[in-house]
Amino acid sequence: MTAISVRGLRKFYGPLEAVRGIDFEVAVGEVFGLLGPNGAGKTTTVEILEGYRRRDGGEVEVLGFDPGKAERGFRERIGVVLQSSELWPSLTVREVHSIFAGYYREPRDVDGTIDLVGLGHNRDARVKTLSGGQKRRLDLGIALVGDPELIFLDEPTTGFDPTARRNAWELVRSLRGLGKTVLLTTHYLDEAQQLADRVAVLVAGEIVKLGRPSELIASAKAEIRYRRDGELVVLETEEPTRALHELTAAALAEGRELEGIEVRRATLEDVYLELVDGEPV
Amino acid sequence: MRIFLHQLRSEQLIFWRNRESAGFIFVFPLMLFLLLGSLYGDETTDEGYVAIELLLAGMLGYGAANTGFAGMAITLVIRREYGILKRIRSTPLPAFSYFAAALASTLLVFALQALVLLGLGRLLYGTSLPERPLSLAFLVVFGAAAFAGMGIGTASLIRSAEGSSAVVNFILLPMAFLSGSFGGRDYPTVLEAIANVLPLKYFVDLLRDVYLDHESVWSNPGALAVVAGWGLGGALLGARRFGWEPRER
Repeated sequence: MTAISVRGLRKFYGPLEAVRGIDFEVAVGEVFGLLGPNGAGKTTTVEILEGYRRRDGGEVEVLGFDPGKAERGFRERIGVVLQSSELWPSLTVREVHSIFAGYYREPRDVDGTIDLVGLGHNRDARVKTLSGGQKRRLDLGIALVGDPELIFLDEPTTGFDPTARRNAWELVRSLRGLGKTVLLTTHYLDEAQQLADRVAVLVAGEIVKLGRPSELIASAKAEIRYRRDGELVVLETEEPTRALHELTAAALAEGRELEGIEVRRATLEDVYLELVDGEPV
Repeated sequence: MRIFLHQLRSEQLIFWRNRESAGFIFVFPLMLFLLLGSLYGDETTDEGYVAIELLLAGMLGYGAANTGFAGMAITLVIRREYGILKRIRSTPLPAFSYFAAALASTLLVFALQALVLLGLGRLLYGTSLPERPLSLAFLVVFGAAAFAGMGIGTASLIRSAEGSSAVVNFILLPMAFLSGSFGGRDYPTVLEAIANVLPLKYFVDLLRDVYLDHESVWSNPGALAVVAGWGLGGALLGARRFGWEPRER
């Protein structure tokens, strides 16, 4: 079952082509990550899928709807967490949830939703008294209170400290537990690696890589480093076993030691940096 | 209908909970009436009106412009710039229900304010009760709606939340003075010429006709048309130029 299907999606801002004909599919129940540097077209893509922006080309289907028509039935079934938004500062957490719950035909239980996002102790707190992390939980709560099937998270942890990020990750994992489909954008690699079933790396409006995080890493070269006469030697290879065998055999034959030898498996970060080479991260 | 009532309830909760909006929009005109009212005795103006009743008619006009125009414009700009409008737009709440509820909420607030103004005038200064309550009630609703239309149009022209209150009052306060909201309007010809194109002047005229001269609201169709025209013009400008997304990032 497909929740999101994108074929040949294009978007222009004046003469600038922000999204250059991208294709991807997201399965129901999947957590899909759109990864890329700032200005790569992540938010533009997500906002087209959410129904905020019109596309200039290509086919898009979200939960069987064309988001460009912004039908009410479509909006009953999606939840959106924006990159930045404030809510009425004088209302309580519970009141804000109740207001949003009232927009949907079959909302979730308000108190249950507040507990789910971990604001149970702040139920009657005014929005203006919440910390930054708590406000993001509130954003997530009001995105969930309509009981959507598909949730869009646009850079959910940008500006968080490490603890708040880990808490947010737990929340996203709990969405998977609820059987929700999640489309998340991020420019943090570890976040994509931690949360996403599959990742599309977007650079300058094009998808340059798409796959499971582990596949992306496996396709990358390994690095062998050692010192020879005090000079650092770095060997990049797609066959680390063979390269290491040849290297050590030669060293043994010559009776030398490979000083400080180490073999590094690539991380998603290496793959990513290679892909976005030259782009500002 | 259910979603409209839900949104109307929400708007009322948001309005009364927020000290700035409840204070500036609801309480401020009442305070102004009490302050200015204490300056007037029971003297009669040259036109033969009781001065305090002339002030009351003007304050009803200022109240309509303050609640409808200033309230609507500032609320919309702040919600737009905070991302609240964008957030709401992703929900199933129809845009029509949103605006209908915002308008209904404005009418409710101003209707209550008009009642309190009339009551305060009666209790403290002995002003008379309206002899044409239906015509006056119609004017209250009509005026608040027309000024709300202008507020929507103005919101589409304001770029930042910080500046919204200043811009709106820069328009509202001079207009209120020139239109005779705070009493007389014997201004030099130039200023009078400016007042003659402003909607509030015609709305105050209508209030004077109905409250002071006990005429029917339909006795001055020209003034009704001017106020309605400004309201429709504002609403149309808003419909063309209004955006749900923050302008400043």
